[in-house]
Amino acid sequence: MIHIRKVYKSFGEVNALSEVSLDIQDGELFVLIGPDGAGKTTLFRMLVTLLVPDYGSIEVNGLDVVENFRQLRTKMGYMPGTFSLYPDLTVEENLEFYASIFGTTIRKNYDLIRDIYKHIEPFKKRPAGKLSGGMKQKLALSCALIHRPEVLVLDEPTTGVDAASRKEFWIMLKKIQQEGMTIIASTAYMDEAVRGDRSGFLHQGKLLMADTPGKIREEYPYPMYSCRSENNYALLQAIRAESSTATALLFGKTIHYSPVKEDFPVEELMSGLEATGKYGRITCEKTKPELEDSFSYLSKGIERSETQSGMTE
Amino acid sequence: MSVDRQNSVAGSDPVVQVRNLTKRFGHFTAVNNLSFEIAKGEIFGLLGANGAGKTTLIKMLCGLSRPTAGMANVAGYNLITQPEMIKRRIGYMSQKFSLYEDLTVQENIRFFGGIYGLSKREAIDAGNIMIGRLGLEKMKNRLIGSLPLGWKQKIAFSVAILHHPGLIFLDEPTSGVDPVTRRQFWEMILETAGRGYTIIVTTHYMDEAEYCNRVAVMVEGNIAALDSPENLQRHYHVANMEDLFWKLTREINGSVTKSIQP
Repeated sequence: MIHIRKVYKSFGEVNALSEVSLDIQDGELFVLIGPDGAGKTTLFRMLVTLLVPDYGSIEVNGLDVVENFRQLRTKMGYMPGTFSLYPDLTVEENLEFYASIFGTTIRKNYDLIRDIYKHIEPFKKRPAGKLSGGMKQKLALSCALIHRPEVLVLDEPTTGVDAASRKEFWIMLKKIQQEGMTIIASTAYMDEAVRGDRSGFLHQGKLLMADTPGKIREEYPYPMYSCRSENNYALLQAIRAESSTATALLFGKTIHYSPVKEDFPVEELMSGLEATGKYGRITCEKTKPELEDSFSYLSKGIERSETQSGMTE
Repeated sequence: MSVDRQNSVAGSDPVVQVRNLTKRFGHFTAVNNLSFEIAKGEIFGLLGANGAGKTTLIKMLCGLSRPTAGMANVAGYNLITQPEMIKRRIGYMSQKFSLYEDLTVQENIRFFGGIYGLSKREAIDAGNIMIGRLGLEKMKNRLIGSLPLGWKQKIAFSVAILHHPGLIFLDEPTSGVDPVTRRQFWEMILETAGRGYTIIVTTHYMDEAEYCNRVAVMVEGNIAALDSPENLQRHYHVANMEDLFWKLTREINGSVTKSIQP
């Protein structure tokens, strides 16, 4: 179990985290979603005992991250956001090094890393610094796993990785999870929110929500329509100008449109807009909100009070 | 100075015309014999794994890297004989190359306006239009470094088109940005394309590919598929761009079996 209790952390005047509370179950795959600067790395560094909270407490499997940090370090695997293996050691030397500092050997835990390590084993004599991005990522994960940790913490393991490799990486994590390991991974990719058992959305240092993807979708309070036209940008502006509109967002070739009221006559509005001839044919159908709709809704409350809102018209 | 033509999208000459473009590094072929065209006002997406050749292709189209073989016309100039002219007619923005953090918004505008060859007067006028458009009056004297990432990106984008380039390159412009800001950024791209600008954009976000008019998926230096997102999904029997990308890079496994051109 991981208990995070009302954790605060600031750096000078910047409040990196404010009142973050979260419980993560044993064996859970938890995904922490948030943009750059949301506080993901700060939270992870506290989890792995590298940073001390200003206020609040964090317990990992019964051990306090401040009081019991030495004991905890042997029980946790950590893959930082930036590549932090030794570039001038070979693939094999890096892995051996991490195994030996945790008092174990590659052979002892080889079964745990086999599926991942086999992709880079052909290059085991190559310096780690000369590997491609995808191979570095696999080596870093192997090194984080080599002492068979109870909890695995991965800071943006898929950032900058192409979509197909990202998908493969999550399949690997699912397999590791089946070994009984608790895994917490952060990402800036919204589409990865559905990859875990639960997701948390961190925004400007606050944890806005932590739940299953289904529950997060239910959090969205308005009816949702998916609309298409021949000039979506113009249609978007027109829909937003209506006082009956709660939100309207572009989703690729569609507009996700929510009127405030459940019984709002959407067809009437759209046929009126269509009659102007500015948007070509407009079609709207009722749909379910995406995770991203919920996250956008949740983060908007905060955004409105900040200077960064008020985008161009 | 180039003039921004706000109309005439359809029927005009293509802004980019690529013929058999190839780049080799030693025995490695980074870009293999590509031919395609991009129309004025088009949003053209470039997808691909790391190492698929996207960056090499963009560097060539920007006039920064000389092709090993083939030719291209970019923004009205010949890539081989007039790369310096191309550099003046394009805008470029990426997550990595951005504004000066320790200059104010307005200082960055003046500075980059000068770099792009605008006179002092032109830079001030273009800057004022941009500040008005973005609603930045209150922020124009703030240091770029003090602004949220989302704003920096919107400003970086606007600065990249200060000189009304015929063509804008956006190299992973939205990585690390929150979803609300990412979406606002894409609204800005659509609005800009609607004013007749042509945009070439690379991204790792598959949902963003759906904003593009056409998308090229690069696999090992080749264009494995090139068409509108809808046509690609229909042709490959997939529900979304992520599945398409998986199919092209994993199942077809890098071998270019079929190349569909519009």
